[in-house]
Amino acid sequence: MSMIFGVPMAVLSGQLLIGIINGAFYALLSLGLAVIFGLLKIINFAHGAMYMLGAMATVILFDTLGVNYWVALFLAPLLVGIAGVLVEYFLLRRIAGQDHIYSLLLTFGVALIMQGILTNIYGVSGLRYAMPDMFKGGVNLGFMFMPYYRAWVIVAALVVCFGTWFMIEKTKLGAYLRAGTEDSQLMQGFGINVPLLVSLTYGFGVMLAAFAGVLAAPIYSVTPVMGSHILIVVFAVVVIGGMGSIGGAIITGILMGIVEGLTKTFYPPASSAVIFLVMVIVLMIRPNGLFGKEA
Amino acid sequence: MSQIDIQSDIHKTILEQQKTEDRRKLMLNGVLLVLLLLAPFVMYPVFLMKILCFALFAVAFNLLFGFTGLLSFGHAAFLATGGYTTGYLLSNFSGLTTEMGIIAGTLVSTVLGLGFALLSIRRQGIYFAMVTLALAQLVFFFFVQSSFTGGEDGMHGVPRGELFGLINLEDNLNMYYFVLAVFLGCYLLVQRIVSSPYGQVLKAIKQNEPRAVSLGYKVDRYKVLAFVISAALAGLAGSMKSVVFQLASLNDAHWHMSGEVILMTLVGGMGTLLGPVIGAMFVVNIEYQLAQGPLRDWVDPILGGIFVLTVLAFRSGIVGEVQRFVRKNMG
Repeated sequence: MSMIFGVPMAVLSGQLLIGIINGAFYALLSLGLAVIFGLLKIINFAHGAMYMLGAMATVILFDTLGVNYWVALFLAPLLVGIAGVLVEYFLLRRIAGQDHIYSLLLTFGVALIMQGILTNIYGVSGLRYAMPDMFKGGVNLGFMFMPYYRAWVIVAALVVCFGTWFMIEKTKLGAYLRAGTEDSQLMQGFGINVPLLVSLTYGFGVMLAAFAGVLAAPIYSVTPVMGSHILIVVFAVVVIGGMGSIGGAIITGILMGIVEGLTKTFYPPASSAVIFLVMVIVLMIRPNGLFGKEA
Repeated sequence: MSQIDIQSDIHKTILEQQKTEDRRKLMLNGVLLVLLLLAPFVMYPVFLMKILCFALFAVAFNLLFGFTGLLSFGHAAFLATGGYTTGYLLSNFSGLTTEMGIIAGTLVSTVLGLGFALLSIRRQGIYFAMVTLALAQLVFFFFVQSSFTGGEDGMHGVPRGELFGLINLEDNLNMYYFVLAVFLGCYLLVQRIVSSPYGQVLKAIKQNEPRAVSLGYKVDRYKVLAFVISAALAGLAGSMKSVVFQLASLNDAHWHMSGEVILMTLVGGMGTLLGPVIGAMFVVNIEYQLAQGPLRDWVDPILGGIFVLTVLAFRSGIVGEVQRFVRKNMG
């Protein structure tokens, strides 16, 4: 068997694949955070909880109503998006003019509530979600085995990420959004309903998180606390990419997944900390992140 | 009456108001001190010590958040570092007296605080919060991986030992008065810091940083020092906590702990001296009461609800609201 730096090729490529998949999740989640932060200046501490809700909703919809994977892929993010709009409308809107720190604290409270309630109902041991039949099995690429579902996760995440980037940076709707955050009064003067835009943006951001949650349901353990750890990692990803940079969030997310996978191959004990280490180094060299503009 | 007379009259009234307020504060502090001295005869001393440790933690955090305007989301790292250091030293070196272990724990936290500060101080607002959070997570993983911490099980059986090699701290009452003395010392220290010229600069930075810069203050240095003092006191709180409970665990390093200290400070009243103390009392009490009753599984969502409610409706916290009420009605 061929070896690279004393590690079998199959092991290395296997870890790389896992890294890219984790990276796809980081990209989806940090993209949502970056959209919400970049356009609304809200640090969404409830993002992990929304991701968790997406995964939980997928499992619960299947167990109770028999909703299949493809329907859940649309329905779960929609439900979570509605929940997000409600949170924005009833809670976040009330502290709109205040220091940004308060939005962080408020969403932290919301996350605690959601996570706590679901923990009480479902426990922390985790629910099981069966892999959809059509994704069972995989293909042998010669140097490694590629399960179909993992390939699908990568493709789906990349398509959604690119679509979001395109919508915000290149379309008229995106231009409205960006203008609305630059000068909301002027935009309202032009007859654009800015508060509605804000609600929808927040809803869309958490929909991305919920979409990641649905993708995660068949391969990760679905528990009410699944969002709590990944959230902190994703925060680090956003800081590395440069807060508010949408393209930066996507690229950094995938990159960090790969870095994590490689670390797991060569020095396993550091794998859960390596992203934070990268963050420290990046902050020392480029305080505004890899893709951030000068603050 | 001439212009000058009127002005000096106004001046006198202000001075007198100041005096009554000072007297009122002094009386309040006196009553609180007596209560604290008598408390262990009425309540379980270990529970009181828990409150005091968290109160010190919150006071330390508030120096940074309430008075300097920097929201650190990584203060759990200092609490845990203090606790683990002290726990490790006291468990493994029997020659050390308790206060030496505590001082060592505080020092290590202080150094860690300096490292955090140098890396994060140039970031502002929420960026600062996220950087400190990520740094604290790094510390968390270090403790998870290290063998001396006992991993998920935590570090058990930390000996309380003897203070100065003389006073037996296994006795809860002795331990309580030691913790109380340290707490009061730190509280007075923070009071002194806040009212010193240095503290005034911190407040100026909080109110308007560009203005402070343009007045010629080297803002970063002031902030680094505030961060380091805050980290040192948080470490001291963790050190004492590990001695009181004879335990240091990963719970203290988890980012939820950083969130909890924010809640304590916010509920009590950020930017006030007494606020974090009241807040710590309130949160520790609520957690304890809930754990006893039928709502034992609902601690997290209830804390979350308090968080949301405080941010929405009582941003000035318990002490802030009381102050407002007193000012309005007792003028």
